[in-house]
Formats: sequence, structure tokens, C-alpha cells
Amino acid sequence: MSNNSNSFVRHEMLEERAPPVGEGGVLKWVRENLFSSVFNTIMTIIAVWVIYSITVGVAPWFLNGVWNAETTRECYEILDGVNGACFAVLQERFPQLIYGFKYPSTEYWRPNWATILLLVALAPVLFRRLPKRLLVFTVIYPFLAYWLIWGGSVLIPTVAFIGCCVGGVCYKRFSSGAFATAIILSLISAYLCWFLGGYLISWNEAFLSLKVVPSRDMGGFMLNLLLGTIAVSLSIPLGIALALGRQSNMPIIKWICVVFIEFIRGVPLITLLFVANVILAFFFPPETSIDLILRVIIMMTFFNSAYIAEVVRGGLAALPSGQYEAANSLGLDYSQSMRFIILPQALKISIPGIVNVSVGMLKDTTLVSIISMFDLVGMIRGPILSSTDWNGVYWELFGAAAAIFFVVCFTVSKYSQWLERQLETGKH
Amino acid sequence: MNTSQISRRDNFKFSMLLNDKRYRSYTFQFLALLILIFIMAYLGKNLLENLASAGLNISYSFLGEASGYDINQRLIEYNSQSTHLRAAFVGVLNTLLVAFLGCIMATVFGVTAGILRLSNNWIVAKLMMIYVEIFRNVPVLIWILIIHSVFLTILPQPKAFRGENPEASMLWDAVAFTGRGIYLPKPIFYDGSAVVIATFILSIIGVFAFRFYARQKLYSAGQLIETRWTSLAIFFIPTILVYFIMGNPIGLEYPELKGFNFKGGIYARGSLISLWFALSIYTGAFIAEVVRAGIQSVNQGQTEAASALGLRSNLVMNLVVLPQALRVIVPPLISFYLNITKNSSLALAVGYMDVTGTLGGITLNQTGRAIEAVLLLMLFYLVISLSISAIMNVYNRSIMLKER
Amino acid sequence: MTDKLKLEISDEIAIRIQSMNKWFGSFHVLRDINLTVNRGERIVVCGPSGSGKSTLIRCINALEEHQSGQIVVDGTELTSDIKNIDRIRSEVGMCFQHFNLFPHLSILENCTLAPIWVRKTPKKEAEETAMHFLEKVKIPEQADKYPGQLSGGQQQRVAIARSLCMRPRIMLFDEPTSALDPEMIKEVLDTMIELAEDGMTMICVTHEMGFARQVANRVIFMDDGQIVEQNEPEEFFNNPQSDRTKLFLSQILGH
Repeated sequence: MSNNSNSFVRHEMLEERAPPVGEGGVLKWVRENLFSSVFNTIMTIIAVWVIYSITVGVAPWFLNGVWNAETTRECYEILDGVNGACFAVLQERFPQLIYGFKYPSTEYWRPNWATILLLVALAPVLFRRLPKRLLVFTVIYPFLAYWLIWGGSVLIPTVAFIGCCVGGVCYKRFSSGAFATAIILSLISAYLCWFLGGYLISWNEAFLSLKVVPSRDMGGFMLNLLLGTIAVSLSIPLGIALALGRQSNMPIIKWICVVFIEFIRGVPLITLLFVANVILAFFFPPETSIDLILRVIIMMTFFNSAYIAEVVRGGLAALPSGQYEAANSLGLDYSQSMRFIILPQALKISIPGIVNVSVGMLKDTTLVSIISMFDLVGMIRGPILSSTDWNGVYWELFGAAAAIFFVVCFTVSKYSQWLERQLETGKH
Repeated sequence: MNTSQISRRDNFKFSMLLNDKRYRSYTFQFLALLILIFIMAYLGKNLLENLASAGLNISYSFLGEASGYDINQRLIEYNSQSTHLRAAFVGVLNTLLVAFLGCIMATVFGVTAGILRLSNNWIVAKLMMIYVEIFRNVPVLIWILIIHSVFLTILPQPKAFRGENPEASMLWDAVAFTGRGIYLPKPIFYDGSAVVIATFILSIIGVFAFRFYARQKLYSAGQLIETRWTSLAIFFIPTILVYFIMGNPIGLEYPELKGFNFKGGIYARGSLISLWFALSIYTGAFIAEVVRAGIQSVNQGQTEAASALGLRSNLVMNLVVLPQALRVIVPPLISFYLNITKNSSLALAVGYMDVTGTLGGITLNQTGRAIEAVLLLMLFYLVISLSISAIMNVYNRSIMLKER
Repeated sequence: MTDKLKLEISDEIAIRIQSMNKWFGSFHVLRDINLTVNRGERIVVCGPSGSGKSTLIRCINALEEHQSGQIVVDGTELTSDIKNIDRIRSEVGMCFQHFNLFPHLSILENCTLAPIWVRKTPKKEAEETAMHFLEKVKIPEQADKYPGQLSGGQQQRVAIARSLCMRPRIMLFDEPTSALDPEMIKEVLDTMIELAEDGMTMICVTHEMGFARQVANRVIFMDDGQIVEQNEPEEFFNNPQSDRTKLFLSQILGH
């Protein structure tokens, strides 16, 4: 059956036309997004009402804020019955909120510089397009930061740094052989270096030194950043080792790692901080006294490493099994295949998860306020709110603390999302 | 070296310990075990020395001694003469209470926010995004403190309810929201209330039975029975009827303002309410993201295929999208429930007496038995975590998608 | 190559599209489409990517909404009225490029889901129908397996059976073999040929020109959102009229 009535040839192509009116522009968008159905319209009305009432309630409080006053009472006198905030407390106590109340104010430049240099040191790690030479600074940074924040002779971090360099050089030299030998030799050489350096330090204690600030004088948001950064940096290698151990075929190693990880993940951080506060000292040799901040750092590192171990385990599992087989068939042994093939890929996949866990750790550093350390929250609940000057100014202070954390955490999580997108596109 | 030569070698060389695949792993494990034992011995030695020099020992006998302190919020009988063990038990019940309530409310917040995040309504979607981002990026401790201070300052004190023209009034003349807490009417069970309760339970079973029957009818005879209104009727009507027939056997004891405070009724402390609310709204933000990701993880093609078969959108959601989305949503959801239980330990910050506050707080300070108390505390949380993880593993295995 | 199928085409109109236009935002994706499909016709739609061919057939079962013009399927006009859409969707079956089987249901459950919940067929009867169509696509033994356990070709055949269980009068195929490995394409095409032999009205977006020659009674070439040329297959392939058609054919038939 022929269908010649259906044959058709177009000789002139049609031009593109604009959509009918009401199909484009703002009006269409409003109609579709806000009022497309009865239910939607009701929701829009409710949402607008919620926004309106919140704004009407909060804006005057915010806008009428008093920034210059000496005490709470003075704030209320200035406000004279009007609903307003007493932001003056932030103005007056800002250094305490950031640095704690014992850090000498003449030395504020030191943690400031340490923070700025932290960003510089992190930049080549976070943004891989930057030149690799900057990584040299990243390696130097921990020692530099220690000297800046805690003070003391510059020889201490210098010797530590040189020891690490010697160990690293030694490792590189022997790494083509057995992995274990290289590690042991490098540890020995580093230790020798530190031992000899100890003499050098004691020869001139005050060489190029900054004023010493003991750990218990640290406080404020600086303490949160300090604890967070140190705990995260130390926990990443430990977490990777735990993840590898959990995955291993050797039952004893695997079970040690499993017990550790599940134990840490099963208890709240506050209990581990209790351990740091009252119990950990029992496990050190008698007559030694370890700073509270160091004990807290140890427990926080353990805590974070268990979560990072789980993230890395996920990354290792996401790798196609063909990668392991390819590495083995090339003749690489365990440590070589891990170092050159498996870990680089697994870590790349795990980075967003690691960043998430690290942000969680930064937020959890506020828990030290419960064991009476004066971080940002501890400062607010302790010295500031209980002082007679600023009694009762809750919201302004907590709001400021929330805002500070929000800015930092939000930035980091946006970075993490950006990084995920980079890694997605980089796959092709 | 060919294989015949190797098999003839019976003598064992030490280098085999490191290089031979078979012995290598034993060597490493043996070394690891040695190191572990050495570390534990070292720590143990230090511990014993330190304990000895402080004149302490490890003993749990303090659990049997009288505690000497009061716990304000409690679910069971307790007074200052009760033992520390009982105090710890009161704390455990308080922890479980706030965790249970928190999980429910967090799920409600999270699911609502997650689904609304995906709505077509631009304002609503953006509002939910703002909620999620703000609450996720601030530490939970700060939220607990903020919400607690909001409760304290915004809600009126009991004395504001007094007088001819009180500033504050009770909701429905039954519920009082104050800065100290919420006073609710307490149900009182008279004779015959058991019948009402039994009817209620039966009607819940009845709803499930009815829906089961409706589905069987669809399968066997092809008739779709509308279940919505009938389910509601089965839920409410029998219980209400029996209630009136039995002569109103369940009464309410209303809280009344006597003097400076409310008496009677159920008193839910401000610390419980603010902890509960803060935990819920904080974890709800995380749950919202998980719910959103779960629903989005279901391929667009699934919805299209189901629509192309003629299924309407509610059936598409119930039969095709939700089952697949739940597989993605439930595991992280359970780990968030675990987080709520662990975060409830922050009750210390608002003075709510959970197990960390009793056992790890007052008991520890009073008896000085830090090691024993903290170990017991960690054991409690461990037991909960491990049981919930075990349940989750069972769930995961049962719903796993079957693949080649 | 097998002989061209000679099949009955009735005078009854299955689909009529008149002056249909569609925009994605401000992009004019379908321009002035006029198309009449009689019952029993087998139509192959081809064209370069982005020409709007998938969008066209997705408009027919309301997966996409058209902004102007008229689409009448089986006597029912496609408007925003849900009842019309439901009626049309139960008469029109669709197979997707990526199969879109429901991974959490078994093969049998995939096929019985819609008959039970949309047509209210009793379960036993639905299962019998499902087994009948699974036998037709030659994989009855897989009925209790799950989609993840099947190969691509098997999954697509299940997808065809699933659509057939709703006893549609029109079948739409959106590049059904594009996601398959070469050795599986034949089994799916054979199934579609059998469907045609049974008299199903079919509109198929595909690049399989051998299939077009064998089965189709009309080939439509689309470019830039509009129908450029349509004709019987012999005329279309041997005697393309428009320059664009000639260019397209040289590209796909060349290798």
C-alpha cells in the first residue's frame, strides 16, 4: 500500500521564533515557581509571612544596636526602652573572644601572622594548580607556627625541622630498598639530630627568641583554630594508617584497628575529653606533667583519626579492584603499590569526606569549654557572662560566636563542594 | 633457581621470615602483637605507679554507696539516699528519653525540610537551603546554648501568669510555656481506662489489617479501595466511642498556679526542652540533606518510565521512587540517630541530668573515682552504638539490590 | 536481508499532530510539526542529534508539554487535563534508551506493577499476561530475577514486555538500541520486528537504518526541530530530495 500522500519534502527551513508572550520573562517564572498550584500558592504565602515576621522582629533589634558602651546597664540606658542589641560587648571584648583573656596583647601579631601564613601554607595543598615550590613553605610552616604561637628560642623549631629534613633525606636514600629499613634508618638519623641539637639549644637559650606563652594562656577562637588544625593534621596520617590496617589480610593488625575505630566511634567526644582531663595523666610516667592542651590534642587526634579512617576506607573501597591487580602484576610490592597507585587515587576520592570530617572536628573543639578550657564558647560562658559588667548579654555574644563559626565552616564546605566539582570534571 | 630446588630445601632461613610470603605476615603480626603488649604493659605500669602514689585503687564499690545528691528531672523514683548506681540509671533513662524524642523530631524536621528543598516553589526551596546551611555550619553546643537562652529570656516566668490581668496565659487553659519549662496536663487513669487503651491499640492494628485487606482485594479482584478516610475513621471512631461509653475514664490533671510555681501535671524542664529542640533542629539540617540526596539519587528515568506506564504521581512516589530513595537515606539516617544519642551528652551545658551529668559529672566529682566512672560511661555509649550498628547492618543486608 | 514486510495499514488515524510548536525556555525546539499516523503504520524518525526527535515522541505521551498546536492521540486531545493524559498513557507504551527498569522489583513485578495499579487487573491475571509477554520476548525464565542480574539486551526486551503488558495500541521507541553492545542489538530488533508483524502502530527514533528499510513504511527525517523530509523507505534512501537529508544519509550510511 503506497503512502504517497504522506511523502513530503521541505524546501525552506523555518526560522526560530520567539515563544508566545507569558512564556518567558519574569512573569512566567513567578507563575511557575510561586503560584503554579493551589498548594504552591499557600506555601508561598506562608513563606512570605514567615520571612516578614522574622524580619520585623529581628531587624529593629539589630539596627538599634548600641556599639559604644561600657556595661550592660549603660547599654539599656542608651536604648531607653527601645528594643535593641548591646553590641558594645563585642566591641569591648573582641580581643578576648579571639585570643582568650590571658594571651598578652602585645603579642597578638604572632597568632595573626600564624593564621595568615596558615592560609598560605594550605594554598598549594588545596589548589593544585599553584606551583609546587610553595609546598616547601607548607613543610616549614608547622615549625614556624609553633615558634610564632608558643614563643621561645627559634633554635627549638629549627633543630626539630633540621632533624625532620635529615630523616627525610635518609628515607629517600634508602627508600628504593626495603620500606621498613628506610623508615627505621630515617627515624634513627632524625633522633640523633635532635639529640645533638638539644645541646645546641641549651648552649644559648635565648637565641632569637620570642616571649614564651604557656599553653594554658591560650584561649578564644584562636584556641579552637589551634586545636582543630593540629588535631586534623595529625589525625590524617594516623587515619590513613588505620584504614590500611583495617583492610589488611593480617588478622591481628586488622582486629587492632577495628577495635580502635569502633571504640572511638562509639563514644561521644566529651567522654574522651574527660579521659584527657582526669585519666590520661595516670598513664604517663610518674613525675611527668603534660599540659592539658597537649592531652586534649592527643585525644582529639585519636577521635578524628577514627572518622578519617572510615572515610579513607570508603575511598579505598571505591577504587576498582583492577587497580590492585594492575599494581601487583607490575611487580610492585605492598608499600610501593600503596604509595604510588592506590593511596593517591583513594585519597583523591576521599578528600571531600575528609574535609567534612575536619569541619566537624573544628565545630567539636567547642566542647573543651565543658572541661573548663577557655575557647570561644568557654570565654563567653565564663569570664564574659559572669563578669558584672556584661551580665545578661546572651544573644549578642552567642550570635557573634555562631557567626564566626559560620563564616569559617561555610567557607570550608563551599571549598569542599568546589573541589568535588573539580574532581568530577577531572575524571574525563 | 627452579622449583625443584626450592621444594627440596627443608632448612629454614631467617630471611624467609621477611621475604617469604607465607612467613611474612606471621612475622609482622607477631611484631605488632609484641609492640602492642609492650605499650600496654608500659601504660599499665605507669597507671599502677600513679595510682599507688596517689593512694587510690580501682574499685566499683562506690556504686553501692548513697549518692547524696538530688536529680531534678527523673523518670523513676530517686532521692539523695539512693545509690550511685541508681543515679547512673536515672541518667541513662534521661539520656534515652532525650535521644528518643530528639530522633523523632529531627526526622520530622529533616524529612520536611528535605522534601521542601526539592519543591518547585523557589521561595520555599531557598528558605530551606538557608535553614540547612545556617544550622549545619555552627557547632551544636552553641545552638544548645542559644536555644536555652532564648527559652529563658523569651518565655515568661511562672509569676507572670498570676493576677487579674496576667501578662501570660495558658494555652487552652491547659499548657503553660514558661522559662523554667513546659507544664502539661497529666493523664490520670481511672477504672475502665484499660478498656479504652486496649481499644486504641486494637484500632491501630485494625488500620494495618484494613490496608492489608485492601491490597489483597486489589491483587485478587482488581478493585482499588480508597483507604485514606476509612483508615482515619478506624483510627479515631472506636476509641472515642468506647471512651464515652465507659464514662470518660481518662482524666487530665491540669497544672495550676499555686503560689510561685505551677503544681500538678507533667513538668518538662526547660533544660530538657531546649536540649531536645536544639538537637532536633541541628540534626534535622543534616537529615534534610540526606533526604534530598536520596530522592535525587533516583534516576529521572525511573519517574519517566513509571509515568509513561500511566501511574499517577502519588503512586510513582510510593511504588517506585521512595523504595529506591529509602535505600540511600536510611543508613546515614541511623548514623545521625547515633549522633543525637552521643550529642545528648552535651546536656552538661544546660544542666540536664543525663548519664554524663550524673555518672560522669556529679558522681565522678563526689567520689573521685574518675577511671571507673568514665569507663562505665563509655561502656554505656558503646553498647548503644554497637547495637544500633548491628541493626543497621541487618537492615542493609536485607534490602540490598540484587545484582550479578 | 529479509524481505520487506508487507503489512496492513488501516485508514483509522492513531495520532494527529497539527502545527505543534515547543519551546524549552526561549529555545524553539520543535517548529510547526504536522504529522498524521494511521493505525498499523511503522514510522522511523531519524536525524542529527539535537534535532528534536526524542522531544517529539516524548510530547506524544505527555512526558514533555507542547506550548502551541494540537496533539490528538487515539481520539483524545492532549491537554493539561490529567484524565486525558492518563487515558493516553495507558494506550501508548514507551521504551527508553536506558531501559529504566525498576531495580528494586523483580522482572515479573516490573511487568505487573502498572496493570495492577492502573488497570486494576487482578494479580493472577496480571502475572499470566506478564508471563505471556515475557515468553513473547523470549525470556520467560528470567521472571524472578532482578534487573541488575540481566544483560543490557535482556533488560531492553523486558522493558518492551513491560510496556506491552498494558496492551497499548501505539508503541514509542526512543533509541532503544543505542545503549546496547553490538551483539545484543539484533535480539532487540527482532523483538520489535515481531511486534510490527503483529500489527502494532510504532514510532521509532533510531539510527538502525536496516531496521528502517525492513520494517518501516515511512521514514521521517528531522533537523533543527522540524520535519524536513518524509517518504517511503526506498524513496527516502535511494532518492533523498533535500540537501540536508542527503548530507545526513551520507554521514550515517557512509561507514
